[in-house]
Amino acid sequence: MQKKALILSVTCKPARACGHGHNPGMNTPLLSVEHLVKRYGDATVVNDLSFHIEPGECLGVIGPNGAGKTTTLRMCLGLSQPSSGEIRYFDGLQMPGDALAIKARLGVVAQSDTLDPDFTAEENLLVFGRYFGIPDAVIRERIPQLLEFGALSHKAKAKPGELSGGMKRRLSLSRALINHPQLLMLDEPTTGLDPQARHLMWERLQVLLQEGKSILLTTHFMDEAERLCGRLLVLDQGRKIAEGAPRDLIAEHLEPDVVEVFGQGAVPLAQEANLKSLSGRVEVSGETVFFYTQDSRALMHALEAWPTLRTLHRPSNLEDLFLKLTGRQIREEG
Amino acid sequence: MSQIQNNIWAAPRLSMRWWPVFLRNWLVWKKLAIPSLVGNIAEPLMWLVAFGYGMGALIGQVEMGGEKVPYILFLASGSICMSAMNAATFEALYSAFSRMHVQKTWDGIMNAPVRLDDVVLAEMLWAAFKALFSVTAILLVMLALGISHSWKLLVAWPVLLGVGITFSCMALIFNALAKGYDFFTYYFTLFLTPMMFLSGIFFPREQLPAFVRVIADWLPLSVAVDLVRPMFLDRWPEEPVRLMGVLAAFAGVSFWVALALTRKRFRS
Repeated sequence: MQKKALILSVTCKPARACGHGHNPGMNTPLLSVEHLVKRYGDATVVNDLSFHIEPGECLGVIGPNGAGKTTTLRMCLGLSQPSSGEIRYFDGLQMPGDALAIKARLGVVAQSDTLDPDFTAEENLLVFGRYFGIPDAVIRERIPQLLEFGALSHKAKAKPGELSGGMKRRLSLSRALINHPQLLMLDEPTTGLDPQARHLMWERLQVLLQEGKSILLTTHFMDEAERLCGRLLVLDQGRKIAEGAPRDLIAEHLEPDVVEVFGQGAVPLAQEANLKSLSGRVEVSGETVFFYTQDSRALMHALEAWPTLRTLHRPSNLEDLFLKLTGRQIREEG
Repeated sequence: MSQIQNNIWAAPRLSMRWWPVFLRNWLVWKKLAIPSLVGNIAEPLMWLVAFGYGMGALIGQVEMGGEKVPYILFLASGSICMSAMNAATFEALYSAFSRMHVQKTWDGIMNAPVRLDDVVLAEMLWAAFKALFSVTAILLVMLALGISHSWKLLVAWPVLLGVGITFSCMALIFNALAKGYDFFTYYFTLFLTPMMFLSGIFFPREQLPAFVRVIADWLPLSVAVDLVRPMFLDRWPEEPVRLMGVLAAFAGVSFWVALALTRKRFRS
């Protein structure tokens, strides 16, 4: 219970009322997924997955390729039929039965842009707003604000083909806001963007969170997950393998510091008794040895005995956690 | 609930949400209307001029229901149905496939509160509208050329919209099955092209061997020609109810199959 309280306090923005605890009934989750399963033939792609999103929260879903992130999101959007399990939104609306009522209150940014290449940025927003049944006059009034939010005011008349990758993503995000959604579903919103564009996207998402919107986000970037998400869901092979606030997860699963050692003759150090005793865990990947330690000072001192080797001393991070939980092997299938 | 959702053959669930999707296509097309107009009427007119005037001079008159008519009139009244078929088919195959598969426009639309059924309906009606547009332009040229001046052409006009609807429904079946544009070649070479020659557009179906006629008479394009051609000759079609019924059946069954296969495609 104490852990949950901590998680929530990280989740909340200081500006808003915090500490509402986790008593059921006090906060109806915006989205609540129970025992979700998706099978394709013999393969189980999503396996007994349960999670929820609180109002005002940013929940990150991370996992290697093929972990079931996109399939989960597609089921939550009613685009794919669950083999079993329940997906509930807002005040008891059920996916897929109440799909239209739910989508009227959702904002979605898919992994690949679905902007209309034949329309200008403005027209993209107008046409998309019509799908929600919003009158033209109301949409036209909202378009300048949405373009401004996306830092695209100067590109109102530009077609997607004339926009950079970051601009397209921001236009997709602006488009998803046309119906004032309570909950945003973002599938890898910054994949393929350069650092500047990524930072601008993060900044926009922070603004939305401060406005009280809730976000479900899948990502491959651990710094993105750590920066934006109050709570993380780690998936692997369709199962939830960890859940919690980023810092808590790191503290729970890892030593606070990492020393990476590389160079000629680094690998045999993994067997060195003295170094092993100073480390909680030792890992070899390729030509690099990773020492996870509580006492980095003593370890660094011990490593001075090998002056030709190069070392990198840093705090352990979400990426270390991710690799510890899901392994280092490449997942290029799926 | 989920049982109903799972069944791809469930009855179509349609609403007025098709309209903004139709409007979207209209807005794109408005930007490209002039080149598209040229493409849509230039080819049918070339057929008409080359075959109508060229072949027409060799053939002279064609007998139709006891009456001799100029070949160009015979050809024009049949080829207008072919134009409706082609315009609807191209739109419901290549253009719809681009929107559905290549540009992922449908995926974007379905993130808004619009059901797949309504998207398919919008595409169907849009392709039929494109057919009506081509047909209208060609009819105007035919009127200008003085090929026919019957007031019954005003009735033929909505009938041609019906022809567009039928062929657009049929094409959407193949759209739902396609993995790429190449797949549509099968539909054209195995289905549309033979039908073009068997439906009495270029020569009366009476010329066909009896066993071929048994099938040819029931082809949707033959039915369309049987409905439209008499009106060019200032007559009413024989058995209009049966003919309209056949077209409506082709359209209804095709739409249902197209919808089921599209649902299956999107369900994975």
